[in-house]
Amino acid sequence: MVVNKAEAVIGRVVLVLVLILTLLPLAGMLSGALQPADRIPDGFSWPSDPQWGNFAVAFRTAHVWQLLGSSTLIILGVVPLSLLLSTLAGYALGNLRIRGGGFVFALLLLGLTIPFEAIIIPIYYEITAMGLLNTQWAIILPLIGLYMPFSILWMRAHFAGVPTELSEAARIDGAGIFQEIRRIQLPLAMPALSALAILLFLWTWNQFLLPLVLVDDPDKRTMAGALGAFQGQYLNQLPLLFAGALIIMLPTIVIYAVFQRQFIKALLQGAVKG
Amino acid sequence: MIDDVRGRELPKPAAVAPDRPEGPHAAGVGGSARRSGRPTARGEARRRLAIGWLFVLPALAFFCAFVIYPLITAVRYSLYHWNGIGAATWAGIDNYVRVFTEPELLISIVNALILIVFFTVIPVAGGLALATLIRTMRPGPFATMARTVLFLPQIIPLVAAGIAWSWMYAQTGTINTILDAVGLGFLSRSWLAGFGTALPAVGLIGSWVLTGLCTILLLTGIGKIDASLYEAARLDGAGWWREFVTVTLPGLRREIAVLVTITVIAALSSFDIIYTTTKGGPGTSTLVPGISIFRLAFTQSEVGLASAFGIVLLALVLLAVLPIQLLARERD
Repeated sequence: MVVNKAEAVIGRVVLVLVLILTLLPLAGMLSGALQPADRIPDGFSWPSDPQWGNFAVAFRTAHVWQLLGSSTLIILGVVPLSLLLSTLAGYALGNLRIRGGGFVFALLLLGLTIPFEAIIIPIYYEITAMGLLNTQWAIILPLIGLYMPFSILWMRAHFAGVPTELSEAARIDGAGIFQEIRRIQLPLAMPALSALAILLFLWTWNQFLLPLVLVDDPDKRTMAGALGAFQGQYLNQLPLLFAGALIIMLPTIVIYAVFQRQFIKALLQGAVKG
Repeated sequence: MIDDVRGRELPKPAAVAPDRPEGPHAAGVGGSARRSGRPTARGEARRRLAIGWLFVLPALAFFCAFVIYPLITAVRYSLYHWNGIGAATWAGIDNYVRVFTEPELLISIVNALILIVFFTVIPVAGGLALATLIRTMRPGPFATMARTVLFLPQIIPLVAAGIAWSWMYAQTGTINTILDAVGLGFLSRSWLAGFGTALPAVGLIGSWVLTGLCTILLLTGIGKIDASLYEAARLDGAGWWREFVTVTLPGLRREIAVLVTITVIAALSSFDIIYTTTKGGPGTSTLVPGISIFRLAFTQSEVGLASAFGIVLLALVLLAVLPIQLLARERD
């Protein structure tokens, strides 16, 4: 390919600038987190006496262990069940192409565009009526429903792309529907399923509005939801807030750094299908 | 093999009593099917339909319980004056009229529309520029590192982004420190507290979150454009601008439509960033529909009005997204 030298150089320079801009807010937060906790941090610079102890204090006062437990519980509630139900529904809509499926498809497309804010009020009263307010169920159950349009459409798109000859061949060989799913469809669906799992994990971990509205106790929220509560709590101890925010981001960032290829692939496909 | 079996099975439905495929008559006719231990084609089709719906129903139950039912309920709430506890009184379209006539609510709609500049225009245009500039970059450790960093804002919670950026914009924060260092100290201010600067400031947080996603998606799209098109353009003596307009831009139509859709939705339904940085202030300068709905419902006990605003927000999203989708689909 013909490559214009000047263009390539400009590209590199602009890219480096954008990368610096991307990291700057996080670096600023780190520099703030290392300053004395009882003072308003001063400027963006590496502190002469970095207070790494702030992280230990934030870890304790923010109840990070409880939070990790709560977030894990919520994710274990949302992700596996969403995967199971959306796989079944996606198979029915994409492979079996059941009658009436077109209507369901249209309804799901509408569901995809609904902003959570538009229906959070009825969900609040619904969860109250179910007696689940202030429990993790108040986050788990609605999130399964709210992520369902995306999850089903995602799996439907996968199953629609699998050649029907495969199903027919399996049936001719005498496989029942369940055998066909288990032996043939599921192994083929693994890439789609793991990408969906990554997206659901990330969205649940980062979910803010639902925990804010439905669960008062920060210890029973998602990580991001709890972070909202710290903000008021640490108004006069900004370094601790920054340390807390960094601690809360750390698990996802570590997983991201390890699996960045899969994360980026999932996010890109998620954008296209969403 | 497949055709062979089809040939034996397909004619059967016509011969089978249509209403009772599972009845004795059907079983009697389905001779060859019975021999191979399989039901008749029509019986099979009905069985598959039943199983299919059985597979869809659990998922549909969650969807209906937490999306469709709340949506219908929101419409119902929106037609009443209700404080959330006491008796509700019929309001008709009063609440909807208020959404479009009360200045504070109208302002949050206008602000959301302005945020489209920061959530959509800047990230998509910036992503296009950056992706075009680096499209010839060879894969390697630097390219991988760049991709990883560009995607970082997509991974962290928006709340954390909000907190990080509050510190960027603070009086003694990162931006003002840098301005001081380069001799532009006279510009420094508390960016989120100024009536004129707060909305662009929160908007730029959206640009920060979304530009990486746009760049990488557009870069992937450029990778799929036939390289010979670029070579042909160069041979024809096209400069970078002509090349961009005649090759890159048309090749990225689909990706651009996708990005515009998701970023416009992000702009209209922004909540997390604004709740953590300004809560809508100062005054009403960064108020957006999400914040207004939250406030009306959970602090001002105006459940009916808040619900009406929620429905208006949904209508806005549909109004913005449907034309983009139709345009993109039509030209494919």
